Amino acid sequence: MARAATTTDAFNAVAEPRRRQILDALAGGERPVNDLVAALELGQPQVSKHLRVLREVGLVAVRDEGRQRMYRLNGQALKPVHDWVKDFERTWDDRFELMDDVLEELKERDEGDGSDQ
Amino acid sequence: MTSSGTAVVTLPTDTQIKIVREFDAPARRVFEAFTTPELVKRWWHARRGTATIADIDLRPGGAWRWVMVTDDGTEVAFHGDYREIVPGERLVYTEIFEMPGLTDDDAAVNTLTFEEHDGRTTLTSITETPNRELRDAIIATGMEEGMQDAYDLLEEVAISLA
Repeated sequence: MARAATTTDAFNAVAEPRRRQILDALAGGERPVNDLVAALELGQPQVSKHLRVLREVGLVAVRDEGRQRMYRLNGQALKPVHDWVKDFERTWDDRFELMDDVLEELKERDEGDGSDQ
Repeated sequence: MTSSGTAVVTLPTDTQIKIVREFDAPARRVFEAFTTPELVKRWWHARRGTATIADIDLRPGGAWRWVMVTDDGTEVAFHGDYREIVPGERLVYTEIFEMPGLTDDDAAVNTLTFEEHDGRTTLTSITETPNRELRDAIIATGMEEGMQDAYDLLEEVAISLA
């Protein structure tokens, strides 16, 4: 029932809390890898490992600037994850809209008979 | 009109789903909409089919089971039991999606809180699941494509077992 597990899947990539931290850190803009190491308080090898996974699924892009490797977020790759939650949210929106009608009727009934029980 | 805004869904941890929504009605009425079979049948289908069963035994340990048939004829069923019932304030219950391979060990626990302010009510629903895979599967049940994926996968499993 769950999606097929594959490391080349944005869902798996964002399932790891440290990788989500990296994405959060990059949400503010492009940053050099040293910055990310400092922000996450993790060793450079760990950060590099997570960045490699994020790069493989296209969630981050990298470019060289002088001697620095600059990482940036690729929002488009997050879209499937975003859509997945949005569809769930839409279902609840539709439910709650129907519930609004039910509640409106209950309120009218309350007002009509002058009691609220 | 009575429209009160939109549901906001967030994933606070790897095993949780949080839904927040405001209603233009007192808390006891929103609570009633969640706990009265004939009312549940009117909203739970989300316009994606017909709610056919909404059994509710509203007491601690009491069972519930809700079933809907989607427009393409697929039956979707959930059940569980009530753990805490504070009318108009709080409702805690377990929830299991009825699907081959899922057992009571796979139950999620839903905690609903109803907070009333000036005649309006903020509903906060937190679903706590045993693991991330189940959390993700629950989200996929709200998704037509996800649903289809799930059934395609089941079919593959069934074929491989045949």
